[in-house]
Amino acid sequence: MKMIKWKLLRRSQAVNFTTALMTAPLPQTLNRADPLVLYGESFASRLLLGTSRYPSPQVLETAVNTAKPAMITVSLRRQGSSTTEAHSGFWDLLKKMAVPVLPNTAGCHSPQEVITTAQMAREVFETDWIKLELIGDDYTLQPDTLRLVQTAEILIKDGFKVLPYCTEDLILCQRLVDIGCQAVMPWAAPIGTGQGPLNPYAMKLLRDRLKVPLLVDAGLGLPSHACSVMEWGFDGVLLNTAVALADDPVAMAKSFAMAVDAGRSAYLSGAMKPQTSAQASTPLVGTPFWHQS
Amino acid sequence: MRVMVNQKEYDLPHQSMVSDALNLIAAKPPYAVAVNLQFVPKSQHAHYPLNENDQVEIIAPVTGG
Repeated sequence: MKMIKWKLLRRSQAVNFTTALMTAPLPQTLNRADPLVLYGESFASRLLLGTSRYPSPQVLETAVNTAKPAMITVSLRRQGSSTTEAHSGFWDLLKKMAVPVLPNTAGCHSPQEVITTAQMAREVFETDWIKLELIGDDYTLQPDTLRLVQTAEILIKDGFKVLPYCTEDLILCQRLVDIGCQAVMPWAAPIGTGQGPLNPYAMKLLRDRLKVPLLVDAGLGLPSHACSVMEWGFDGVLLNTAVALADDPVAMAKSFAMAVDAGRSAYLSGAMKPQTSAQASTPLVGTPFWHQS
Repeated sequence: MRVMVNQKEYDLPHQSMVSDALNLIAAKPPYAVAVNLQFVPKSQHAHYPLNENDQVEIIAPVTGG
């Protein structure tokens, strides 16, 4: 018993509180400018928000104004379809919100569909940004990883700033970086499932091995999911359904924004290393009744 | 000649241009166009000729995730 107490005592005495208080540097994370930098452009927020599936345009607008995302994702559909008829006021809303847009290539199943959709999006939205989605399986919405790299390369050569939606596979992400993607967006889980990170090991490995910005795109369901991946060192998150389908999307948008900030701050703060044995937090020197029993 | 515009079949005169297809469906800006899966920039709409059985896609902005 006494031996254990001595071990604890020695650890707790490692810091002299009085002298440390006088000499400790000020926390560097507080109020530090920490923009998300993608393709040389800086964004104040590390949250990217989708615009689909909200109960109403008003709720979408309020959620965006509340969360203040770096970008909002948008898409393209045939004129005259029921989708575009239902979105007749969307263009005006986009102009009103004045948030940078990130067009996607959702629903594309071939490289040529992606390329043409991206070119149409560039003309409509007047932006070079593109969220590259090349779907390989309709059930899981898993990206077609075998054709993703060549498609991304074509888009980059065409002048796009490509943010590829991909899996957490290290080699795939590395190849995307090799051909010029300055950021990649691995999923946490299939789109719209809200499962949260299904493969933390691979995602942490990805963070460890790749130096480009990593944004988690798809599969997050809770702010704690977003906070976790940010704590692991991911640079941002992109989500839609978790906010849009919440009972209160505006409150959830705010919750995600705070979670992203908290996770980022925690990452920059440098978390303690987990220990296998207990270590007393309260100083042991002067513990009443010690050595009396 | 027979031309498909957004998956609907239309009869257009020979030597019709992309701009004629836009007028046909009264396309509302903003829009973008592809013919047979190839993007046709706005600057070419008035000069890009359509051919028999061409597939014309005219798209508009919508919400996305």
